[in-house]
Amino acid sequence: MKKTVRAVFLCLVLAALYLPIVILAVYSFTDSTQIGAIHRFSLHNYVTLFTTPELIHMILGTLLLAFGSAAIATLLGTMGAIGAFYSKERTGRIISLMNQVPVVNADVVTGFSLCILLVVVLHVSKDTFLPLVVGHVTLCAPFVYLAVMPKIRQMDPALYEAALDLGATPGVAMRQVVIPQIVPGIVSGFGLAITLSLDDYFIATYTKPATFDTISTYVVNATKGSQTTIKTALWALSTVIFAVVILVVLLMNVRRPAGSAALERGKD
Amino acid sequence: MENTNIIELKHVTKSFDDNGFTAVQDFNLEVKRGEFVTFLGPSGCGKTTTLRMIAGFEMPTSGEILLNGKPIQNLPPYERPINTVFQRYALFPHMNIFDNIAFGLRQKKTPKDQIARKVKRVLSLVDLEGFEERRVSTLSGGQQQRIAIARALVNEPEILLLDEPLGALDLKMRQEMQLELKEMHDRLGITFIYVTHDQEEALTMSDKIVVMSEGRIQQIGTPEDIYNEPKNAFVADFIGESNIFSGFMTGKMKVRFCGGEFACVDDVPEGTHITAVVRPEDVEITSPEKGMITGEVTSVIFKGIHYEIAVQTGKNEMEVQSTKAPKVGQTVGMSIEPDGIHIMIAEDHTNRFLVDINSDYRLEYNGRLLYASLTRLIRGGKRLADGTIVDENGDPLDLKKTKILASIQPEDIEMTDDAESGLVEGNISNLIYQGDHYSYVIHTDFGQDFVAYDEDLWNMGDRIGLIMPTEKMTFTLKKQGR
Amino acid sequence: MKFTRKSLGIPYALWLVLFVVLPLAVLFYYAFTDGTGVFTFANLTGFFTDPNALGTLFYSFAIAVATTAVCLLLAYPTAYILASGRLKERQGIILIFVLPMWINFSLRITALKEVLNLIEGNLARYPFLNSVVGMTYDFLPFMILPIYTTIARLDPAYIEAANDLGANARQAFRKVTLPLSMPGIMSGVSMVFLPAMTNYVVLDMLYNSTYIMGSLIGSYFSAYNWNGGSMIALILLAVICLFTLLTGDEEDRPAARGGALL
Repeated sequence: MKKTVRAVFLCLVLAALYLPIVILAVYSFTDSTQIGAIHRFSLHNYVTLFTTPELIHMILGTLLLAFGSAAIATLLGTMGAIGAFYSKERTGRIISLMNQVPVVNADVVTGFSLCILLVVVLHVSKDTFLPLVVGHVTLCAPFVYLAVMPKIRQMDPALYEAALDLGATPGVAMRQVVIPQIVPGIVSGFGLAITLSLDDYFIATYTKPATFDTISTYVVNATKGSQTTIKTALWALSTVIFAVVILVVLLMNVRRPAGSAALERGKD
Repeated sequence: MENTNIIELKHVTKSFDDNGFTAVQDFNLEVKRGEFVTFLGPSGCGKTTTLRMIAGFEMPTSGEILLNGKPIQNLPPYERPINTVFQRYALFPHMNIFDNIAFGLRQKKTPKDQIARKVKRVLSLVDLEGFEERRVSTLSGGQQQRIAIARALVNEPEILLLDEPLGALDLKMRQEMQLELKEMHDRLGITFIYVTHDQEEALTMSDKIVVMSEGRIQQIGTPEDIYNEPKNAFVADFIGESNIFSGFMTGKMKVRFCGGEFACVDDVPEGTHITAVVRPEDVEITSPEKGMITGEVTSVIFKGIHYEIAVQTGKNEMEVQSTKAPKVGQTVGMSIEPDGIHIMIAEDHTNRFLVDINSDYRLEYNGRLLYASLTRLIRGGKRLADGTIVDENGDPLDLKKTKILASIQPEDIEMTDDAESGLVEGNISNLIYQGDHYSYVIHTDFGQDFVAYDEDLWNMGDRIGLIMPTEKMTFTLKKQGR
Repeated sequence: MKFTRKSLGIPYALWLVLFVVLPLAVLFYYAFTDGTGVFTFANLTGFFTDPNALGTLFYSFAIAVATTAVCLLLAYPTAYILASGRLKERQGIILIFVLPMWINFSLRITALKEVLNLIEGNLARYPFLNSVVGMTYDFLPFMILPIYTTIARLDPAYIEAANDLGANARQAFRKVTLPLSMPGIMSGVSMVFLPAMTNYVVLDMLYNSTYIMGSLIGSYFSAYNWNGGSMIALILLAVICLFTLLTGDEEDRPAARGGALL
């Protein structure tokens, strides 16, 4: 009895989470412009998605931005975490405190304040993409920092000394011994950075060039517009992303039991 | 003549700038090529810091470290031909055993075939042939220990530093590894510098022991020297169990302490104030009439191969190890062979004596109250409304097991001919003129000797009282037999 | 220059000063000056005397409270069921519940909008309800995950000890599990409450309304009124700081944002 109640509850939550996406996915394979009405099977949404230059540019641009800023953020955040950990306690605390600001801050405020500084005060043109990249790096790097820090803390400090003792210079010791120890943190920081950048709307609206759109800004504008072909093509995009996410999660599960890894991380 | 010292430390001092703590002070040491040297001391004594300065992880604040006569104190660790075996091994977890051992050789750009050969050889040296492909996490503690040694030795260092390498192993493993390390040292002829807080480990393995306390060297010597001829009370107390008494020389090779007069083997001038160390195993329990001193047995604990016996004699307590067990409360005699008494010339003449705790939990000596706080001496101690003193766990103080040691400087004791008015009375049994004052030894009725300074001349045998102000005394809790 | 480990931190420290601290300083400056750079409290008093602005503040507060409450009511039982009993051994299941957070939120909200449209017709008819539904849909996984990790981490011996000491299942939950899962709840609450106050784009997408705090910045932004916008941002920042102080340490953020599963 109790078990059934639990199972029903879980199923309801799952249904609420997935039903809209699944319904949209089903209708993305029809020629209807509205869900609810039954229509014929059609792939025209997918054709539109992959042949409209505007959409392709938008998708590729979003991906490029995500990978680019995640890479910069990972480099900066990792170096920052290592530097802060080995600095004097006070210096480390100050860096950690500054690092917390974008983490707890609302993205609206982060985006707006960066816009004020770069565009209004320093007159940097948004068309240079500089404000956008700076914004996304500022959004992502603190999470990389937070993902890497526990790995450095856990590491036996004697490992670095052992490398020096065996003749490695500090640079070599860092590359060959310290970095490999914190790779799991760097990888999860990088992954987190990518998802943050892909999901961002607010920083992009305040800092992006007028002619450039990320998936988020594009979709938000499109839902307000009346272009139905674009609107239904976005259903196809939603379905593709859904499929990709499932695939990635499945792959991660094949590689190792992700749940246990999550718990392991959780313990950190 | 060729200098045979492989490493020399000259006036090495290390203080940490963040808290100003001085970890090592004026450390001087010479180590000969091929020696097995151990730094021994309690935690926080500076032994690991000294080792880290030799390795290059810490830079000395002042002083010199010479390797083969050349200063190296400013070289980084990777430029020193010295390798370390770390306390928790510090094996690289992301590399297999081969890569771990080859790490140092690769830094030196050793050719591949040579690396393979050397790794194989060093693995057989530590009895782990065929472990090349294993992951670090699949090895037991003892095996990891051996790999850590192999990883250091493969670089053919001039000095191998070992930082409490056996601390993480269980007792049996530790004893096996002690022998193995010693054997390895003899076979390879490399200089070993070993850090430990375990005196047994140090005595078993070393050619030379450096006993350290509070950043300073207390004694350097062979294990036999250190054990048999401790230079001061700290060393005597830290190495093995010992009874430590202050006393003075009463004649040629004659010494008085603990209420008795003993023959000894150290030729120290008559009248010198000394500290006598007696190992518990050197005390023989006899019948009261045969003993040089007598006392009452207060506790007997069975320790497997022997009994640990505490005997109260006058105001002193003697720890004895014996295979025969007397009964608690029995009066026994004790005798000590001359070579069982180790005499050290006292560095200072501080009078140390046990005081009593009476049933009201107040300090007492010679039946007279001492107005000093007992609660301050007990960690977390509190005095309850009924006068009972409880410790941090709330348990009442065990009066039988708690011993309080009082100390007072000779210049703080006042001598008076109104014998009754002092804290304790006795007869002057020795006097020496020391330039601006006389130093007296007063033999009390309890068989205890006090040293007091006075500007006036008294006569031998005078009966006097000793006025000892409580505020000049310091009290410490005496640790109990382990 | 000689390489030291400390020096690795310099670029990031500079970055933080330039793009985190400096923007906030500029924000301060703009919030307390007028368009010509003269010091003024006008923006502050302006906000607190504008009934429209104050209304927005309370409205977004109400939405955030409601969203957080609904998320908590849904997420806690979900996380609890997933993290205890037999399901705990099959830890992959939690992934199914948090997977939606990796799908772009705008696409998910699009999907939700289509479904709600189908049910309700005109979404603007129940703005408050739809705001809460939309935000709950968006943020629910962020509440489930931290609570799940906290409960899954609990040593089952605590429950056994409670049972051993005479507590029944209900008492053990109330006296042991619930208090010990508070850190996860706190983490989840802060992951939901703050975005719910500021994430106006969800409402914007659902029924073209932007009647919450975050959107005020947007409207000043469109009007090029930097000073007024800065003051709103500053007020939001104050709310965030207050809230962060109340919910405590934020070290768990990467885990809560899904980093633990990557």
